[in-house]
Amino acid sequence: MDKTINITLKVWRQAGPKAKGHFETYKLNNISTDSSFLEMLDVLNEQLISEKKEPVVFDHDCREGICGMCSLYINGHPHGPDSAVTTCQLHMRRFHDGETITVEPWRSNAFPVIKDLMVDRRAYDKIIQAGGFVSVNTGGVPDANAIPIPKKNADEAMDNASCIGCGACAAACKNGSAMLFVAAKVSQLALLPQGRVEAANRVKAMLGKMDELGFGNCTNTGACAAECPKSVPLSAIARLNREFICAKFKD
Amino acid sequence: MWLINSSVGRKFVMSITGACLVLFLLFHGTMNLVAIISEDGYNMICEFLGANWYALVGTAGLAFLACLHILYALILNVQNYRARGTARYAVSDRSNGVEWSSMNMLVLGFIILAGIVLHLCNFWAKMQLVEIMGEEPASGVELIKYTFSQWYYALLYIVWLFSLWFHLTHGVWSSMQTLGWSNNIWLPRIKCISNIVATLVVLMFAAVVVYFFIAGNCCGAAACAA
Ligand code: HEM
Ligand code: SF4
Ligand code: FES
Repeated sequence: MDKTINITLKVWRQAGPKAKGHFETYKLNNISTDSSFLEMLDVLNEQLISEKKEPVVFDHDCREGICGMCSLYINGHPHGPDSAVTTCQLHMRRFHDGETITVEPWRSNAFPVIKDLMVDRRAYDKIIQAGGFVSVNTGGVPDANAIPIPKKNADEAMDNASCIGCGACAAACKNGSAMLFVAAKVSQLALLPQGRVEAANRVKAMLGKMDELGFGNCTNTGACAAECPKSVPLSAIARLNREFICAKFKD
Repeated sequence: MWLINSSVGRKFVMSITGACLVLFLLFHGTMNLVAIISEDGYNMICEFLGANWYALVGTAGLAFLACLHILYALILNVQNYRARGTARYAVSDRSNGVEWSSMNMLVLGFIILAGIVLHLCNFWAKMQLVEIMGEEPASGVELIKYTFSQWYYALLYIVWLFSLWFHLTHGVWSSMQTLGWSNNIWLPRIKCISNIVATLVVLMFAAVVVYFFIAGNCCGAAACAA
């Protein structure tokens, strides 16, 4: 038999973007400590449905930490109290019997609540659309080794490419800044020769979009990197600053 | 103008003005130390940096930088407050590795500002200002002795320096990070540099306050008793 725990959940319920939200308290018994946080919420929703109540809305998709859909601010941390994991990878063994767990949506001006725990994160998509890509002329597949790339750069580009666009960085930031996300997306391309070609325009376009969407000014508090489920490092922001300042001085 | 319209541009101004203020403090602090070593030497510096054109240009430039720093601090904070939105988390827990000072830069800044006002009244108004008005300035060393022999001034200055220390432990490395002078290897290093610079600046100023407080009280009392 698995070990099981009984918990109390305080969940943010909000009927729609304009509706006034409130916390609702639910008791859940016999939750397996081997279940993930989202499986626990599934159990809650089964229970609510059987009671003919409205289930809690929350975002999720892959449930293996790669898609960036899951969110949730759990007990004061985006993606919960564990470090370097997404909510879908968080296990109930991290909580103890009788614990009260508070679950809130991301709260930042650029991420308005759609319903309950689901927020609108399209702002991040708009930033990507502004320049988070490499333009290529389609044609024959180029030889993979035609452009040599130092291992160090390849590794660092990969570390930045691990960003899943979940929004935890802006959700954690006291300034509502999206800098870590933008820094990761700018860095992953700026570090590679294929991305260098458009680097200056990219950084100006993406940062401009970020500012236009009303995200805040980074003051290097570092909550983003501490809470990022993919451990994107704070130094990425320094690279973003460097790329942007150099691009502006060249203009 | 990117220095106004873009977030990184605004941070760029913040960091350049902040870094210049730090450089000024290092200069000012070194000058103050002379007062401990040689009183005559200090008075000579005071004379040299009186109401000459270069001292005046320096002062005006400094005032401009300080105003810009404060103005941008206010703008950034208002914008960030808006970006954060009105809905706040019911439960929030400090994340690992987030410095206390980084969350309280504005509050620390206001304490520093109050200290600057006090300092300008205490010293600048009696030294450079009167000289600009064409009168004889007060003697630098005498003014230091007089001010810091009073315990409440000494205490206020120490509180001020404390806030400055917190402001700079975050500020110095933050300004380097803002300028892009950081990477995975250098981030811990610039944080260390930041602590060293902050401590150095604050110790230089605190030394003068403490030295003249002790000189003005303990030695004075001993002299009376004798
Ligand atoms: C002797 C005086 C001062 C010095 C040497 C100083 C130095 C600095 C430095 C080096 C930074 C870092 C810049 C960056 O993050 O890029 C900074 C940031 C800041 N300063 Fe000052 N400062 C002083 C006075 C003030 C005053 C009077 C205020 C406000 C009333 C203030 C408010 C701020 C704020 C809010 C920040 C944070 C901005 C940010 O991190 O983006 N400072 N300061
Ligand atoms: S940088 Fe980290 S926290 Fe921010 S969106 Fe990417 S994965 Fe999420
Ligand atoms: S559901 Fe895909 S990352 Fe969590």
